Amino acid sequence: MRDMFKLFIVLVIFSAISGGVLAAVQNATNDRIEYQQLVFVKGPAINLIMEGCTNDPLQDRFKIKDQDKERDFFVGEFDGKKNVVAFETYGKGFGGNIGVITAVNLDTDKIIGVAVTTHSETPGVGSRTKSDPAFGNQFKGQPITDVFKVKADGGRIDAVSGATISSRGVSAAVVQSGEIYKRLKNDLKNKLKASQG
Amino acid sequence: MAKTAVQEFTKGLWAEIPPFRLVLGLCPILAVTKGVENGIGMGVATTFVLVCSNVLISMLRNIIPKKVRIACFIAVIATFVTVVELLMQAFAYPLFLKLGIFIPLIVVNCIVLGRAEAFAAKNKVIPSLADGLGIGVGYTLSLGALGGIREVLGSGMFYGMPVFGPSFQPFGFMVQAPGAFVCLGLMLCIMNMMGKK
Repeated sequence: MRDMFKLFIVLVIFSAISGGVLAAVQNATNDRIEYQQLVFVKGPAINLIMEGCTNDPLQDRFKIKDQDKERDFFVGEFDGKKNVVAFETYGKGFGGNIGVITAVNLDTDKIIGVAVTTHSETPGVGSRTKSDPAFGNQFKGQPITDVFKVKADGGRIDAVSGATISSRGVSAAVVQSGEIYKRLKNDLKNKLKASQG
Repeated sequence: MAKTAVQEFTKGLWAEIPPFRLVLGLCPILAVTKGVENGIGMGVATTFVLVCSNVLISMLRNIIPKKVRIACFIAVIATFVTVVELLMQAFAYPLFLKLGIFIPLIVVNCIVLGRAEAFAAKNKVIPSLADGLGIGVGYTLSLGALGGIREVLGSGMFYGMPVFGPSFQPFGFMVQAPGAFVCLGLMLCIMNMMGKK
């Protein structure tokens, strides 16, 4: 009985120490991991839609609490003015959630660009929502508060051929960013003013 | 038991080089050696875990009760593997994306547990350190060599740089799983022939 007890104590101590060590390491590397993920997962999409900006949107980012969720916003500076924000939303695709980054100009309320970050769509079909720039470009210059639908649903977005569901997912994600934008527009403006100095 | 630390180190490089002499750790060796970079990265990660767990287990060898030693070893190893995973995400994210699931799987790599059980649990700290380092370096070298051969033949590149002229037709079979088996088998064969002399 005593023996059993000793085994138990040793194992508990072992697990407790290893748990503590892991928590410490996780704590120390958390920020860096987040940044690395931004650079390698969202970075390409953000740089694509923010083409021509004069700052690094990945460095110039802030968080706003929206309802019960913290959202990341990336700031783009064009012609010396920080008036573009980009943020990520998700739409349901054929193989799971599609992550979509939408960049909006706060002065005109118009979309600067839309790009897909992460997805698990069929390679060569649904994945073309990410790789075919013509699809994302359809959103360019449109007012963000519009309701975007693919043509099959009575909207005006040309779906990627053979990938109506993926295209629908991207459109839904953009519509969702419109809703977030409406909710947070004032907060965003204040944040940008503050960062303008 | 009169072996010096140097001998413990060098035996891992030739006499007990893991994949070819001990024939252990074959799962990652077949899976990740598509190129030199992947191979070396995996090898370095394994070496880190091997050295740390060998040293710690050797230090604790009188505290760990015999009956639960495997559980204790696994707890120690799993902790270090998670540390490696977090560090790799923080500092080498692209490599982490390439190695993916094989990093957490170091926990069940027979080499690590094998060295803990067969060596570290019975020896002092310094020889255990040398043993872990030797086996780890040997493993890294074999992964690198196998990765190099497969990369050169399979994609005509070495460390991501082309080695042949543009007329080279890549031997695509080599970068797929069967190529790994064939390549490993041939290397084992050569090693055994050299040992026979």
